[in-house]
Amino acid sequence: MGMTMTQKIFASKAGLSEVSAGQYVEIELDVVLGNDITTPVAIDEMMKHGLDKVHDQSKIVIVPDHFTPNKDIKTAEQCQMVRKFVKDQSIEHYFEVGQMGIEHCLLPEAGLVVPGDAVIGADSHTCTYGALGAFSTGVGSTDMAAGMASGKTWFRVPEAMKFELTGSLNPWVSGKDVILHIIGQIGVDGARYRSMEFTGEGLSNLSMDDRFTMANMAIEAGAKNGIFEVDETTLSYVRGRGQREMTVFKADIDAPYDETIHIDLNKIEPVVAFPSLPSNTRTFDQIPEIDIDQVVIGSCTNGRIEDLRAAAEIFKNNAVHKGIRTIIIPGTQKIYLQAIEEGLVQTFIKAGAIVSTPTCGPCLGGHMGILGRGERAVATTNRNFVGRMGHPESEVYLASPAVAAASAVTGKITHPKEVV
Amino acid sequence: MMGKAYKYGNHIDTDVIIPARYLNTSSAEELAQHCMEDIDAEFASTVQEGDVILAGDNFGCGSSREHAPLAIKTAGVECVIAKSFARIFFRNSFNIGMPIMICKEVIDESEAGHEFEVDVKTGDIKNITTQKSYKAEPLPEFMLEMVEMGGLLKRLKSRGKQ
Repeated sequence: MGMTMTQKIFASKAGLSEVSAGQYVEIELDVVLGNDITTPVAIDEMMKHGLDKVHDQSKIVIVPDHFTPNKDIKTAEQCQMVRKFVKDQSIEHYFEVGQMGIEHCLLPEAGLVVPGDAVIGADSHTCTYGALGAFSTGVGSTDMAAGMASGKTWFRVPEAMKFELTGSLNPWVSGKDVILHIIGQIGVDGARYRSMEFTGEGLSNLSMDDRFTMANMAIEAGAKNGIFEVDETTLSYVRGRGQREMTVFKADIDAPYDETIHIDLNKIEPVVAFPSLPSNTRTFDQIPEIDIDQVVIGSCTNGRIEDLRAAAEIFKNNAVHKGIRTIIIPGTQKIYLQAIEEGLVQTFIKAGAIVSTPTCGPCLGGHMGILGRGERAVATTNRNFVGRMGHPESEVYLASPAVAAASAVTGKITHPKEVV
Repeated sequence: MMGKAYKYGNHIDTDVIIPARYLNTSSAEELAQHCMEDIDAEFASTVQEGDVILAGDNFGCGSSREHAPLAIKTAGVECVIAKSFARIFFRNSFNIGMPIMICKEVIDESEAGHEFEVDVKTGDIKNITTQKSYKAEPLPEFMLEMVEMGGLLKRLKSRGKQ
């Protein structure tokens, strides 16, 4: 029997000629990732069990990005603990404030993940690197600890869903709208325990940034991983960045997929996910007038250069509506610098938005834009759960950078075509 | 051990199990004090050793924070019984030795406040209030082996010695 892309990576990393869904395998890991929230717990677990040495310091990546630059004393202490561990264990890939970016924007940019890799990260959005044709998934801190100590981890080989893409995106429609559309269709557990594998002729019309956004939100459908077939777009992204040899895995013609979902990219419209689940999606014909207080453009989902360009396109001739706090967060230092060089940052500031150093910050209700009781935000982030961005009675509406920017301009949830 | 049930709906995410505003610490006791706070303000102050959580589908979806099962376990919860679990939460629970069981019928037929007796090893669930008995879905052998060895890192350590 044939294998899916994910199954082929598992077979290769487990040293087996074949694997099938439901089988438990132990695989070699190329990258083990942690951040400032999850790494301290992993360090504690390692030390508690007398595992005092990491297996391979070159395969561990630690990015303090969630509550940094340190938001309070406790955070500073967590970061101090991480910094000491990094020094004691000679971890090669550690990104201090100054080099730090939002982890899932940073790792691909720095070439730390290449096609065919197997990656675990103690952060649920680690599934982002599936955009590169790698297997990558989020785990908890104990799994991170075991991965650091042994260089391996165990998995149940997943079943898979195939997403066959055709056509191309209309103006003001992006990868964010496609993935919100899919989650709205299959639900927040529609892909639970399974792989979401993206393929089809429409793939060539999606940029790398669109693909990162889509793979990033595979977890929001409950998937184990999302993965894109590697093509020329992937290869040209990786060229000049990839620090290791890559392997391109294609699904077999007879690969076992539980179901195939056809997505015609031409038919996707801007989508907004209403509180309090990413699957609670609506298109603009179903959206009433909704006043907002804040807009956040950034995060591991939408903090990349194309996202900032889409927002700037709206802001170049439109100011932020009076009283709407508009917070723009480039995903990495490189993206930040590029946004300055392209004049995007000037556009944002002239329009009345603020531009922050890279941080996960408000996405998870950490800092840099917390909502009070009854406040509403339109955000390009990935979750709109109860209390996600602050007070349990605040509301988060998930959307693309273009919709978020248009909403900042009017103070209401707005289709971009209304303001340009 | 006997305990009372707390009951929640579908898609209980890890942000409500333990809000991120408390993640600037990894102290289990501190986390437990805020467990379920955003959907059940009474939970942390009323939960007692041996109590159980009943929930619908996809319990523990969202963030990978291991702080979530850790907060539930430290609060004194004996076991979470749900119709289904999100995968990272499922994995984390085994890794840290937080017992979980999958059983659809018991969720449909039980209410908050019912008294329960559970045996995680055998999968036996008894609702004392309604006098009905249930059997949880059997765990994969691989997971049972991990539970028997005392969690992921103990398993890793003992294999390292072999």
